[in-house]
Amino acid sequence: MAEASAATTQKPKPWRDPRWRGGAAQAALLAFVGGLFYFALTLARENMRQRGIPTDFGFWSQPSGFEVSQSLIAYSAASTYGRAFFVGLLNTLTVAAIGAVLATALGFLIGVGRVSQNWLVSRLCGAYVETLRNLPLLLQLLFWYNAVLKALPGPRQSLRFGDIFLNNRGLFVPEPMAQGGAQAAAIALVLGLIAALVWVSYARAKQKRTGRRPPVALVALAFVVLPPLAAALVFGAPLRFQPAQLKGFNFVGGLRLTPEFVALVIGLSTYTASFIAEIVRAGLLAVPKGQREAADALGLTHGQSLRLVVIPQAMRVIIPPLTSQYLNLTKNSSLAVFISYPDLVQVFMGTVLNQTGAAVPIVALTMAVYLAISLAASVAMNAYNARLARHGGGS
Amino acid sequence: MSEAGLVLKPPARDGALAQARAHLFGGWGSSLATLSFAALILWLAPDLLRYLVLDAVWRAPDGAACRATGAGACWAFIVEKFPFFVYGPYPPALRWRVDLTMALGAALVAWNLWRGAPRKGLALTLFLAVYPFVALALLYGAPFLGLAIVPTSQWGGVFVSLLVAAVGIVFSLPFGVMLALGRRSRLPVVRMMSIGFIEIVRGAPLIAVLFMANVMLPLFVPEEWAPDRLLRPLIGVALFASAYMAEVVRGGLQAIPRGQTEAAQALGLSAWRTQRLVVLPQALTLVIPGLVNTFIGLFKDTTLVAAVGALDFLRAVDVARLDPAWAGPTIATTSYIFAGLFYFVFCFAMSRYSLAVERRLAQARAR
Repeated sequence: MAEASAATTQKPKPWRDPRWRGGAAQAALLAFVGGLFYFALTLARENMRQRGIPTDFGFWSQPSGFEVSQSLIAYSAASTYGRAFFVGLLNTLTVAAIGAVLATALGFLIGVGRVSQNWLVSRLCGAYVETLRNLPLLLQLLFWYNAVLKALPGPRQSLRFGDIFLNNRGLFVPEPMAQGGAQAAAIALVLGLIAALVWVSYARAKQKRTGRRPPVALVALAFVVLPPLAAALVFGAPLRFQPAQLKGFNFVGGLRLTPEFVALVIGLSTYTASFIAEIVRAGLLAVPKGQREAADALGLTHGQSLRLVVIPQAMRVIIPPLTSQYLNLTKNSSLAVFISYPDLVQVFMGTVLNQTGAAVPIVALTMAVYLAISLAASVAMNAYNARLARHGGGS
Repeated sequence: MSEAGLVLKPPARDGALAQARAHLFGGWGSSLATLSFAALILWLAPDLLRYLVLDAVWRAPDGAACRATGAGACWAFIVEKFPFFVYGPYPPALRWRVDLTMALGAALVAWNLWRGAPRKGLALTLFLAVYPFVALALLYGAPFLGLAIVPTSQWGGVFVSLLVAAVGIVFSLPFGVMLALGRRSRLPVVRMMSIGFIEIVRGAPLIAVLFMANVMLPLFVPEEWAPDRLLRPLIGVALFASAYMAEVVRGGLQAIPRGQTEAAQALGLSAWRTQRLVVLPQALTLVIPGLVNTFIGLFKDTTLVAAVGALDFLRAVDVARLDPAWAGPTIATTSYIFAGLFYFVFCFAMSRYSLAVERRLAQARAR
């Protein structure tokens, strides 16, 4: 007893005091990690100096000397390494954006199919999900690239769908070319978009005030579609579609999507769709059955109850994991290295790194780009969650 | 007729036929879907059967038979290359060492996964602490035991895939737990370092991490210690898997009620013993399905080590595919179907195991 009371009155010995121990542990850890870093960095600097490896971005403005098979911005072998970086970054973002759109569409279709009453449909969708999720993405990419696209016939025996040609050189689609009425149509489109936005906010305000909901979707659609159509009628067609044409052994004109790009987009979107389908299914199943029954009791039609009651609630469950699937898709687009699609990793961490040897700056910048993308996504996600929390059960 | 209408029975709700009708022809939309998908299956199935079985080439000395027009899958190619798929260029006379390693590993894994097995603690210790050294001695060689050294440049095939997956699992579990605990620590330095590591690694694609490990690791150590070409991707995979494992484990830690920690403290347990004896056992049990899913992802990701020159199973298949003696229009498809079967069997089995565990855990909670 004497000991116990002494312990409560006296300050504890420093090595028993949790605060002191915590501080000591942190100091030790800092010293250890700092020491490790110092040791490694010193060695690295010495190693790099001896082997003549550059450690700064001096290479950035030197000419690259290599060609890239696909680029959204003007680029040639005379362009700088810095420009090659942006070519790769843009190619990554392009594949990610197109892949995300396709994966979402396919994923929602299959996710809804999985909860279908129809036995055959739900089984087929289940088989799709199980198959694609349990195969490595790389295997799927190689399959699409080597076994499907590379095995297509040459340009002279192209598969033809209207003005679209598919052969082992890629997918050739008509190229949209701006002509006479383009400017007028673009202006009309912008004005229509603004009008549609105004109408949507007016409709929302009116619904809040009166409880009556003016037709939104149809009117907004009319605002967006009709003005450009009218402009096209008055000033002439805004776009001309220039199909590719077979000249000799290859196609000229038109828009050529390389086999690498097509394989990557198909592979990424079908693979990611299998994950999105599971998310959609979980979201739909998470809405209590009573909600659906209550909607039926209110006299909503099947479509209305799905659109106004079930889907808005399911979306809350669906959107957070959906964002992380988009991030995964973006990161997975780096598998482009295996089929030589010029994405960020293939161009910058591959070719540029091999040519310049500047390992540290290149690795750091590439990691920073991916980190920035995922940070941006998580900031957006947090904002969305905060909005949900603020609005609670409302709108 | 109208009287007959009055006594009409409601449609039967049970019975196989009624069930089938309700689930296949529930409405005009449903009927349309059923018919069109059934037609699609009936249209594709014969072609598929012909390609995979009837027209397939099962035995052939080289690719000539597979190049014939109308020939289906070239299984003869798979048979011929099978040893290469499993062992890569590992010296044929020493392949029993790989066999022994894989057999020991399979036995230990089975012991660990089998629910009613005796001495599970011993099984886990053997797997985590003893087996890695035995495997290293067998695969790489140990001159003092009379096992000749086989450099890693001669490793390849299925066993490299399994090795990468095993190293990822064995290292990511302890590191992942440490990082997860660090992320929840009240010490800011520990917490910041854990968060920084986890988020940087999770933000980057595995390919980037592998490239980084490949070019940066040799820079940070004295030249004579420069890690082996296969060791670098192994380190990369281990780091990468740890960050993902940490997030799974963190989910489990968060699900353990505070009362558990407080009760342990009230009993006078130290912070470490609280975690080790009370919190972690509960948290890890809770996240077994998540851990298995991470393993599945890791197993699929082992294919990416080929980006830095390791010859894993898929890479071995892709290399064998280019053998000019076998070149032919069906080789690529055959190779990828075979590789797909291999990965599917592993991943599907793991995902079923995870589902079974999940169901058992749910039952245990309901009790």
